Amino acid sequence: MLRKTFETEIKQVKDEVLVLGSMVEQAILDSVEALKKRDMKASEKILQADRDINKKRFGIENQLMILIATQQPMAHDLRLLASIMEIISELERMGDYAKGIANINIRMGDAPLLKPLIDVPRMAQKGADMLHRSLTAFVNEDIETARKIPMEDDEVDALYNQVYRELMTFIIQDPTTIERANWLLWVAHNLERFADRVTNICERTVFIVTGELTEISDTSSEFWKQQKS
Amino acid sequence: MQTPVQVKTVVNENAVKARQSAPKMEMRNLSVYYGKFRALAEINLTVQANKITAIIGPSGCGKSTLLRSFNRMNDLTPSARVDGEIFLDGENINSNSADIVDVRRRVGMVFQRPNPFPKSIYDNVAYGPRLYGVKRKSDLDGIVEKSLRQAALWDEVKDKLHQSGLSISGGQQQRLCIARALAVEPEVILMDEPASALDPISTLRIEELMHDIVSDYTIIIVTHNMQQAARVSDYTAMMMIDENRSGRMIEFDQTQRIFTNPKDKRTEDYVTGRFG
Repeated sequence: MLRKTFETEIKQVKDEVLVLGSMVEQAILDSVEALKKRDMKASEKILQADRDINKKRFGIENQLMILIATQQPMAHDLRLLASIMEIISELERMGDYAKGIANINIRMGDAPLLKPLIDVPRMAQKGADMLHRSLTAFVNEDIETARKIPMEDDEVDALYNQVYRELMTFIIQDPTTIERANWLLWVAHNLERFADRVTNICERTVFIVTGELTEISDTSSEFWKQQKS
Repeated sequence: MQTPVQVKTVVNENAVKARQSAPKMEMRNLSVYYGKFRALAEINLTVQANKITAIIGPSGCGKSTLLRSFNRMNDLTPSARVDGEIFLDGENINSNSADIVDVRRRVGMVFQRPNPFPKSIYDNVAYGPRLYGVKRKSDLDGIVEKSLRQAALWDEVKDKLHQSGLSISGGQQQRLCIARALAVEPEVILMDEPASALDPISTLRIEELMHDIVSDYTIIIVTHNMQQAARVSDYTAMMMIDENRSGRMIEFDQTQRIFTNPKDKRTEDYVTGRFG
């Protein structure tokens, strides 16, 4: 087979993307778990994990630059490498959401959670699951799945909407809860954005296969639409 | 005084636009035979004026044969027979009534290896115009300077115009050959791997030169260098041999499309280096 070396190197990069994805997936789940248990040490570990995520992202970026410079990719290869560049950037930012949640837990100090976390872990679980499947679709170049996953973002938006309304109720009933409510609102917001970014990964998978750069759906504004109605 | 100037500008822009979007050459159902062997089969291709069209494809797919059809160079091969129509500005140059000498003046050619005549730099460039009857020295001087300037060679050779064309570097020799081709004021320039024998810097000079002159000429280039095709051309034709070993054009599109998202799987495989 011609370009066996290039094929091997592409596979290695794809594997690295999966590793990065699993690090981000773990980070988001752990960040919410740490918050749920008010475990500061676990949150500290997430801050370290985020540094590892960033390092991994730079490593992949470097590999990509070398591949582009030495192999002069064209057509599908070019779209793939350009898309990986975009995907790892998305993953790094998704890792930042986990870091953000870890920071909130640390900043909350001794203050107890305003309420037991029910929907927030659901949002994290759903987002992590979407991310996992979006990366599987990316590796397999499965555009059918890649086009379906973003539709599930509505579920995350609905959970966010629910968390938002619930927290608003707390604030209205007792304005002294505003700070603690605000912390949780930011956690939920991070998780909502996390799921939004899965859509961007799916769009890249469609681009790799079809060459068309299109938005699959504009679900990011769903929350605000619901707020208006 | 303002109005006429504005009107003039608009007219000129429209003229340029019209010229740039017009087809300069067109092949309809072109087949080329060497004896009984059909080297090219049913080629349909439109070459836009003032654009660079690249012809790519694996070795032996008929790229050079196709290129040589644009100015009927295949006629020089005794066993060659060309079927189909080749239009230059709407006139079929593959007809018996076509003036081949005029066709070859209007459609010039630059070859793979620099091939200056064993004459001075000046005489190399003046050779064509002299052949076409330009005799006055001042006219020839003007043509030589203009052609060498267009070929981005003037500054390097202006002080040694009467030295042998073979005394300069390979890259300079190739630009001399381009200047020689430009001297007879062609409309179309055919380039058969013009930089394959040159070093990377000379190659980039030729590519820059192509960009510089394309507003005045139509360029068709055959190249094995995929990056070169991607860098220099506006349109790309992808050639491949079929089961009878006849060359066919399997895809033609804007170059950016061919190298980012070709329609044909075989083009995809070729430009990504999966076969060839």
